[in-house]
Amino acid sequence: MIHVNSNYCKGCLLCMEYCPKKVYVKSEKLSKKGVFPPEVKYPENCIKCHLCELMCPDFAIIVEDKDDK
Amino acid sequence: MLPTIFCTGCGIGSVMNFSLRAIHDLNIDMNKTVFVSGIGCSSRVPGYIYSDGLHSLHGRAIAYATGVKLANPELKVIVFTGDGDCGAIGGNHFLHAIRRNVDITVISINNFIYGMTGGQVAPTTPLKSKTTTTPYGNIEYPIDLSMTAKVIGAPYVARWTTAHPVQCINSIKKALQKTGFSFVEVLSPCPTSYGRLNKMGTALDLTKHFKESTINVKLYEKMLAEGKTTDKMVIGDLVDIEKEDFNTKYKKFCGELK
Ligand SMILES: Cc1ncc(C[n+]2csc(CCOP(=O)(O)OP(=O)(O)O)c2C)c(N)n1
Ligand code: SF4
Ligand code: SF4
Ligand code: SF4
Repeated sequence: MIHVNSNYCKGCLLCMEYCPKKVYVKSEKLSKKGVFPPEVKYPENCIKCHLCELMCPDFAIIVEDKDDK
Repeated sequence: MLPTIFCTGCGIGSVMNFSLRAIHDLNIDMNKTVFVSGIGCSSRVPGYIYSDGLHSLHGRAIAYATGVKLANPELKVIVFTGDGDCGAIGGNHFLHAIRRNVDITVISINNFIYGMTGGQVAPTTPLKSKTTTTPYGNIEYPIDLSMTAKVIGAPYVARWTTAHPVQCINSIKKALQKTGFSFVEVLSPCPTSYGRLNKMGTALDLTKHFKESTINVKLYEKMLAEGKTTDKMVIGDLVDIEKEDFNTKYKKFCGELK
């Protein structure tokens, strides 16, 4: 499970760019903060490398290793 | 506390993220840790960490940290400092804490400019770079913080960029475990001042630029051996040696006087 906290996200898109599996796309909906946060479009491609979590300067992403079915 | 006050994509958040992960992985006791900073955007980091902290004066973080460590050697002392804070107004404290080999860890967030005050030239600003005080380009040679730490004799020195999260976390871990002065410099995007004034784009563009304008020390040494050279900035673990720290020396010295 990937959680993106749209209250913390500032829309820098670093997570999107550095994800090796291109799991994210830029959302088309403006967040409450007035930015276009990343949207988890292809969660099935995620390899749990946690790079997006590390690259986020705003602590907005949590990648859980276990997927709840 | 979150979100932070930092601008979109600012690398200070990344360095804070890397540092906290390193501290977490090492299981460091937050009750025995003090975070010290001066003034600047990067100096706001301790304010977001649930632990004791000292938000001191511009340039004086290392002086305060030295005091904390000497007064209570049991404490782990971690300094967050900007390139201006560390290399300009705090330059002397930086040199002399290294010379004394005080057992503290200094994490310097180098964005090549004075971020907080609106983008003035810093001692790290590259030649020709535009800042609000060098609108036609900087003509002063920049100081290399890591190489300075190396020549003054710091037992641990590493430099990475915010585009090297895993390597950077590993180096912060090594720095935190080193007894003596440990220094980690992280090249970090300031899109609002440095990026905007130099038309270098967003934080994303700046991280790409940092990746392209740096070279790993292992590759660099190989190049040197082949008689080649480069003007790219060298990154990686630059120094890792053992050297008796000030507190240990002081304790021994006091014992000898008895
Ligand atoms: C004694 C003193 N001189 C000048 C200032 C103004 N001042 C505040 S922050 C700063 C520089 C910030 O640059 P840096 O240390 O590189 O940190 P950054 O904001 O880029 O993270 C300056 C000159 C001050 N607060 N105190
Ligand atoms: S954990 Fe890795 S693969 Fe999964 S979304 Fe994050 S960066 Fe992409
Ligand atoms: S890296 Fe963090 S702040 Fe930047 S877009 Fe992704 S989630 Fe948002
Ligand atoms: S001014 Fe620069 S250094 Fe300061 S928060 Fe904004 S991007 Fe970061």
